[in-house]
Amino acid sequence: MGKKFFQTSIKDSLFTGLIALALFGPIVGLRTVAKNEVLEVHPKWFIVLIIVIVCTVGRFLTNLYVYNRDQKTGIQSSIGKSISNFLDTKGYQIALTAIIFSVIFPFLPFTDRYLMDIAIMMLTYIMLGWGLNIVIGLAGLLDLGYVAFYAVGAYSYALFAIHFGWSFWICLPIAGIFAAMFGVLLGFPVLRLRGDYLAIVTLAFGEMIRILLLNWYQLTKGPDGLTGIPRPSFFGLPFKSFPDEGEQTFHTFFGVEYDPMQRIIFLYYLILVLALITNLFTIKIRRLPIGRAWEALREDEIACKSLGVNPRNTKLTAFAIGAMFGGFAGSFFATRQAFISPESFTFIESAIIVAIVVLGGMGSQTGVVLATVFLIGLIEVFRDFESYRMIAFGGAMVLIMIFRPRGILATRKPTITLEKSSSK
Amino acid sequence: MDTAYFLQQLINGVTLGSVYGLIAIGYTMVYGIIGMINFAHGDIFMVGAFIALISFILFALTSIALPIVLLLTLLIAMVFTACYGWTVEKLAYKPLRKSFRLAPLISALGMSIVLQNYVQAAQGARIKTLQPVIQGGFTFMEDTGFTVSLSYLQIFIILVTIVLMAVFTLLITRTALGRAQRACEQDRTMTALMGINVDRTISITFIIGSSLASVAGMMFVMYYGVIDFYIGFLAGIKAFTAAVLGGIGSVPGAMLGGLLIGLIEVFWSGYISIEYKDIAAFTVLVVVLIFFPTGFLGKPDIEKV
Repeated sequence: MGKKFFQTSIKDSLFTGLIALALFGPIVGLRTVAKNEVLEVHPKWFIVLIIVIVCTVGRFLTNLYVYNRDQKTGIQSSIGKSISNFLDTKGYQIALTAIIFSVIFPFLPFTDRYLMDIAIMMLTYIMLGWGLNIVIGLAGLLDLGYVAFYAVGAYSYALFAIHFGWSFWICLPIAGIFAAMFGVLLGFPVLRLRGDYLAIVTLAFGEMIRILLLNWYQLTKGPDGLTGIPRPSFFGLPFKSFPDEGEQTFHTFFGVEYDPMQRIIFLYYLILVLALITNLFTIKIRRLPIGRAWEALREDEIACKSLGVNPRNTKLTAFAIGAMFGGFAGSFFATRQAFISPESFTFIESAIIVAIVVLGGMGSQTGVVLATVFLIGLIEVFRDFESYRMIAFGGAMVLIMIFRPRGILATRKPTITLEKSSSK
Repeated sequence: MDTAYFLQQLINGVTLGSVYGLIAIGYTMVYGIIGMINFAHGDIFMVGAFIALISFILFALTSIALPIVLLLTLLIAMVFTACYGWTVEKLAYKPLRKSFRLAPLISALGMSIVLQNYVQAAQGARIKTLQPVIQGGFTFMEDTGFTVSLSYLQIFIILVTIVLMAVFTLLITRTALGRAQRACEQDRTMTALMGINVDRTISITFIIGSSLASVAGMMFVMYYGVIDFYIGFLAGIKAFTAAVLGGIGSVPGAMLGGLLIGLIEVFWSGYISIEYKDIAAFTVLVVVLIFFPTGFLGKPDIEKV
């Protein structure tokens, strides 16, 4: 830390300030405002000045105190490792505690309507994350258009429920099958593509579905969306405060007072069960030949081919099953909202789900839960700052990729290992 | 009438294709040199469009002659947008160069979200309208019942694109910088051993790509007169399609692909359906990747075991 070092850090931080001025000067400093249909520029130099000073001083301080990068990343990864170790040894107990907590959650004293809504939203994302984890985490196919299957599930549920009046439990599997069919439809042409090409094509597919929903007015009512989607009933018993003549509702059947929370709690358990089914399915299928083939394909496609694994069928099943769970989640979304429009299925939703899977640590089921709680929590905390929260969200994606590129739970035990021979 | 309509679509298609081609060069160069899809490139284009818009508004207050205004705006947009490209590379991609394959793509996705929302926060979510900067043009074939018009603006766009293309082709094929770039594409470690600063070469690639995207942004705002913070997403995907169509990694291929995508989009909306014009580009992307994944001018990608 000689004089030379001090000089270079000053030079470096001044350069940072200059770059910051160039970056933020025009876009932040010169805000364009429309006045009488003509744009005017309103200067905001004060904010730019603050940003530039913060950048310069910040750069100077990091140069002085944390210039030794290796040390820093060392600490970071050891924290991650200890989390992973902790989860490895205590994984079963933690999972059990989490499940028990989520089962009793609606009856805890501090739980109110707002918390329940967030919990339902988080569980939906957890389910989507677990569904996409089959495609990304197990089969290693980066799918940026997962929201398309979510949309297909939601729309097929809504259309069947509105036009045929079928109940939730009939429409749910139909929606899942439809979504799975779309999964095969998308999977078929893109099977030969690798890595990032696949990502872009799936993204294009997601957008195509959205444009189709937006423009096929006769079927989807376009941007107006579908309204009046039937609410779910408790195995045939609807949740209504004023039942029709002679109609059995949930509260008359069980002889309790009507409370709007009853429906919310039912929805909560519905999504909890759906999500847990997804999780259980994934855990089980990983031990089956198909699940092992997925993981093998992710590691090395050529080796798989030479061992007689059919990559086409293997990838197609991954797409179809992942899509099916997306479709289930979509049906749940439709019945919960009672209104769907293409607005809900934009690319940013896909990005959020992918972020959950990747940040959690691809293939890690617990990681998905942690990442959902972190990211959706982040979005909720910054609820009042619409665009700032998305800046924080995108920034978190970049930062986690830099510091923990394999996700929060980076180390993952292989699903199957050869046992050490006991006869020694 | 039919020929006139066709000719009009052709003119519009070539203009739009120039814009896509300029963006596509950024994708193709970055893919060539570090093998990643720079997902945030479409948003760099959007930032370029905003800087050009702001610059036009400021110059409208002065009484500088139009050609000088155009030249200055071009330079301003290029310089400031290049800063964005440079910073994005330094912050989000450089630390990930040795990471696993999908890490830079996800980081780029995050960067794209950051840029979009940053511009939305700083400039507002409303669409921005710019008064026409260059007006007038030629009209011909008036007697056929459908007047074909070729505006001065379209001529300007096509000319600037040709000039920039020529300059950058020369830069890549004839200069030491271009040689260094092509060397980095082939083998980065070996290039570094030959005494070439690989980090600097990659930075310069990003700077060139971003400044070309900003020119495209400037043309976009002049041509359509309307922009918002979201234009980068669609334009980015279409330009990427163009880069793939022409063969990713090849600069003339990107230009050719851009031209084709522009023509396909314009003819699709002119003859088939305007609502589904975005689907046209996506369909082309899927079809091209399935039937010729290396594009027209690309080199085959051989997978080694």
